[in-house]
Amino acid sequence: MSRIGVFICHCGENISATVDCEKVAKVSGFLPGVAFSVDYKYMCSDPGQNLIKDAIKEHKLTGVVVAACSPRMHEPTFRRATAEAGVNPFLCEMANLREHCSWVHEKGDATTNKAIDIVRSLVAKVKRNQALYPIKVPVTKTALVIGGGVAGIQAALDIANTGHKVIMVEKEPSIGGHMSQLSETFPTLDCSQCILTPRMVEVAQHQNITLFTYAEVESLEGFIGNFKVKIRKKAKSIDEKACTGCGMCTTKCPQKKIKSEWEQGLGVRPAIYVPFPQAVPNKPVIDRINCTYYKTGKCKICEKVCPTKAIRFEQEDEVIEREVGAVVVATGYDIKRTDFFPEYGYDKHKDIIDGLQFERLASASGPTKGEIRRPSDGEIPKNIVFVACAGSRDVAKGIEYCSKICCMYTAKHAMLYKHKVHDGNAYVFYMDIRAAGKGYEEFTRRAIEEDGAKYIRGRVSKIYEKNGKLIVVGADTLMGAQQVEIEADMVVLATASIANKDSKDLAHKLHVSYDAHHFISEAHPKLKPVETNTAGIFLAGACQAPKDIPESVAQASGAAVKVACLFSNDELTREPIIAVVNRLAPPAYSTCTGCFLCEKVCPYQAITREEIKNREGNVIRNLAVVNPGLCQGCGTCVALCKSKSIDLQGYSNDQVYAEVAAVLDTI
Amino acid sequence: MSNNEEITTKTDVKVVAFVCNWCTYAGADLTGTSRIKYASNVRIIRFPCTGRIDFMLLMKAFAKGADGIIVSGCHPNDCHYTSGNYHAKRRWMVFRTLLDFVGIDIARINFTWVSAAEGAKWAEVVNSTVENIKKLGPYTNYKALAKMMESGSLKIEAGN
Amino acid sequence: MIKLGFYPGCSLEGSSREYSESVMAIAKKFDIELVQVPDWNCCGASAAHNMSKELALSLPARIIALAEKAGFDELVVPCAACYNKITVTKHELFEDVTLKERVKDIISLDYTGNIKILNVIQMIEKYIIKDIDFKLENKFLHKVACYYGCLLVRPTKILQFDRPEDPQSMDNVMRAIGAEPIDWAFKTECCGAGLTVSRPDVVNKLSGNIVEDAISRGAEAIVVACPMCQANLDMRRPGIDKYLNKKTTIPVIYLTQAIGLATGCTEKELGLQRHFVPVNLS
Repeated sequence: MSRIGVFICHCGENISATVDCEKVAKVSGFLPGVAFSVDYKYMCSDPGQNLIKDAIKEHKLTGVVVAACSPRMHEPTFRRATAEAGVNPFLCEMANLREHCSWVHEKGDATTNKAIDIVRSLVAKVKRNQALYPIKVPVTKTALVIGGGVAGIQAALDIANTGHKVIMVEKEPSIGGHMSQLSETFPTLDCSQCILTPRMVEVAQHQNITLFTYAEVESLEGFIGNFKVKIRKKAKSIDEKACTGCGMCTTKCPQKKIKSEWEQGLGVRPAIYVPFPQAVPNKPVIDRINCTYYKTGKCKICEKVCPTKAIRFEQEDEVIEREVGAVVVATGYDIKRTDFFPEYGYDKHKDIIDGLQFERLASASGPTKGEIRRPSDGEIPKNIVFVACAGSRDVAKGIEYCSKICCMYTAKHAMLYKHKVHDGNAYVFYMDIRAAGKGYEEFTRRAIEEDGAKYIRGRVSKIYEKNGKLIVVGADTLMGAQQVEIEADMVVLATASIANKDSKDLAHKLHVSYDAHHFISEAHPKLKPVETNTAGIFLAGACQAPKDIPESVAQASGAAVKVACLFSNDELTREPIIAVVNRLAPPAYSTCTGCFLCEKVCPYQAITREEIKNREGNVIRNLAVVNPGLCQGCGTCVALCKSKSIDLQGYSNDQVYAEVAAVLDTI
Repeated sequence: MSNNEEITTKTDVKVVAFVCNWCTYAGADLTGTSRIKYASNVRIIRFPCTGRIDFMLLMKAFAKGADGIIVSGCHPNDCHYTSGNYHAKRRWMVFRTLLDFVGIDIARINFTWVSAAEGAKWAEVVNSTVENIKKLGPYTNYKALAKMMESGSLKIEAGN
Repeated sequence: MIKLGFYPGCSLEGSSREYSESVMAIAKKFDIELVQVPDWNCCGASAAHNMSKELALSLPARIIALAEKAGFDELVVPCAACYNKITVTKHELFEDVTLKERVKDIISLDYTGNIKILNVIQMIEKYIIKDIDFKLENKFLHKVACYYGCLLVRPTKILQFDRPEDPQSMDNVMRAIGAEPIDWAFKTECCGAGLTVSRPDVVNKLSGNIVEDAISRGAEAIVVACPMCQANLDMRRPGIDKYLNKKTTIPVIYLTQAIGLATGCTEKELGLQRHFVPVNLS
């Protein structure tokens, strides 16, 4: 038998000014199932809450309706009070008499009648409320970091330093990402590798970090605190334990002229190779596509010269499985290449290069030993043109966003060029200069004022080749949109930053959302920049949106803290507003027919299939079952279910139908 | 309390609003906080998401005396649960053709989106819906039909 | 015998008569009957948009309506400006139904906009290329610079013809008749267009740059598919030579004239004698 307590709040005068609270309390006292009904000036105050608690004890109330402000305001307050009085907090509901009634209507009978209707509907609901208990989910305290660039490295180190284990998966043979390819970083012109490689080594040597390079995530199952990840370790053709990294094989390999991906096509490497000298781990892999042995069955020189017999030609990919509690996605970015620009001749001109290629030229350990030389003939360019915003902010090219880092690295490139070619001319065609970070504006000014880079405000409409020179046709809008033509020896395009080409596939594997440009989506653009909509999966770095190194590092630390937060409990507690599929005694088992429409529509993959077996162990039914760890309580599955076998705790069919009927004055 | 007869002779129409917690309910809260006044004919029922709304509930509302209905949730792309509002919209598209088919006036149902920031819009939605329903008059046909079906006689009048 | 609708437009009847002559000559060679749209009017490409938007849309719309009335499925429009204007009009009236009704009201004719508009290159690609080898008599063994001008390829979204930067359709046709099209940078750069009347100095500069680039890369002829381009690059040669400060002799011929020469048409049939810069190609 229901014994509901109704507590009408005056909220000072906020409610009582337009609603006759005494009348509402009086009328509500006559509702079937209501054992106690009272009005009071301030329900949320201490005396107010004590009033509720005392009434619960004195009148042996089985449920409570507090008619006051919006539940979005004080539901937790009154639920806590109810719990303190010994009644399950989910047997307390709030009727919104303030925001939805007293504040929006004039004083009068209609308003008071509406208040009566609202209270009546919530009484009808709470009579059908069930006691609910928070859901506890265990947590595996190991994190998976996908991506070994600067963001992944920072996140891994931070998490590892809190004492938890980290598994890092990197698809290239070495960690380091794009930052390892840069020559110097803005705004300090620090040598990029000098500041990164100590961190890379720390990752490799950290006792809490297990590093898998040349490996990719194959699949991810499970939910927050309880993920199972399958990692494919691609065959390196090397026994890593036996290999000492002496490098003999790489020097003796007869195939020396394969275009190096790490050098952005401007340098070469052998078929058995370490991508760059500071690679971590400093152990080679065999490029099976170009290796003579895999193509013809001959050679094997590396095997012959290896002092520890570490070459394993027959090695195969290995798929391993690990349990993790949280995932940090730090897979970074890519850039558009020069073939993206028809107006710049597609890919025809060797001396039109992109930003990363310039970094390799400027790099002391790069293919030209740090000298800026034309890829076509190796000459030092005397006139170099930098084109900012190549592809970015261009609706016609489908990239309407700003790539954020190009203004800064273009200024840096112009400076590096001038430092190396003192009598050269550096021209920069720009639209705006976005130098918002700390020290950035000063850095850009330095490029212009101290190093003499010539900045021209305008875009480049066309580049074509004439008599061995690149004719750059642009405009100078500050001079009244005059056409400017520059005979350049080399052109560097600051091309748009884009998502990695595998980013969409990875997002599907992890069940995280991504935007139209395949950048991974954050849960909330302002307030949740390092979380995704999938509980337990966090983001760091440029895979979310173009960003520079300080921001990537900051985000990585942010993601690490979120992971640490998650790991600070042995169990996770969740609100029990979840869907439940009914279960009955055999032979029915459930009214669920196994159509699994619910499974399809759940945005959180919270519904799976449960096999019901008979005594012989044969599967006789497949029923839907909701994972309480994943369900967020939207109820889409409930409305969909044709057999009404699934219901939402807290908003069950019973409760909701009763609310509707009661609010309309008839039961 | 009042019986069925009284409802049909009431001059004041009743509108039931099925809203989602994260957007429209919060938007209605904002209307309150901003003290914007609107017609008192509406009664709000709170759901976690418009995706939760089984459209048979709308039929129940009509059967129990509602004259008009508002269904309101997050704008497309903004659903707190990612896709609930899309399902609600799809359901609505199918449901309205069914209503059309059985002769129930779909002008009595207003399917809309009100976000948590659109306090003023909520007031506007309520006011315009109430005005519309007032023009259409109280809805007695569905109740009469339901009663007839319960009692066993099947004299069906043309829809309202 | 294929029958296609044909819209010559003002320039083909007047200052670019040789274009019309060469189009008809090769049509005859390849068994295509080009039937003029009865009672056709000027498409207004040059000046109508300055007068009123409705006029600028109604003039081409009337041509389309008349062509549809005459029962054509396809309409060949050799003049690039007419082609551009008519296609854009078709697109605008498709997008805006209210506008379409208004224009139908103005022209007092039925209009559906379903007819297909072909520029001269598209006509060649669809109806001539397949038989080219068969009809080839003298291979056109010359290095040529194919000049497309602006109007054949822009606006890209509406015309959807060839690549807007570095188009290849005309180059491919020229290759089919044995020519060697060069790779050059001024394929779609503006020649000065209508400024030839009000600011010939601008035309001298812009067309001059085009001629200069073609010559410097070894072209023996510039091949065009637009009467305006032809007029600027050919008729304005004295001004161009003054700007370039040298005498240039590179001829400017229509694509249809090149095909005509390769398939045995006479110089007279192709109107080559009308050119200002003498056409001395064997």
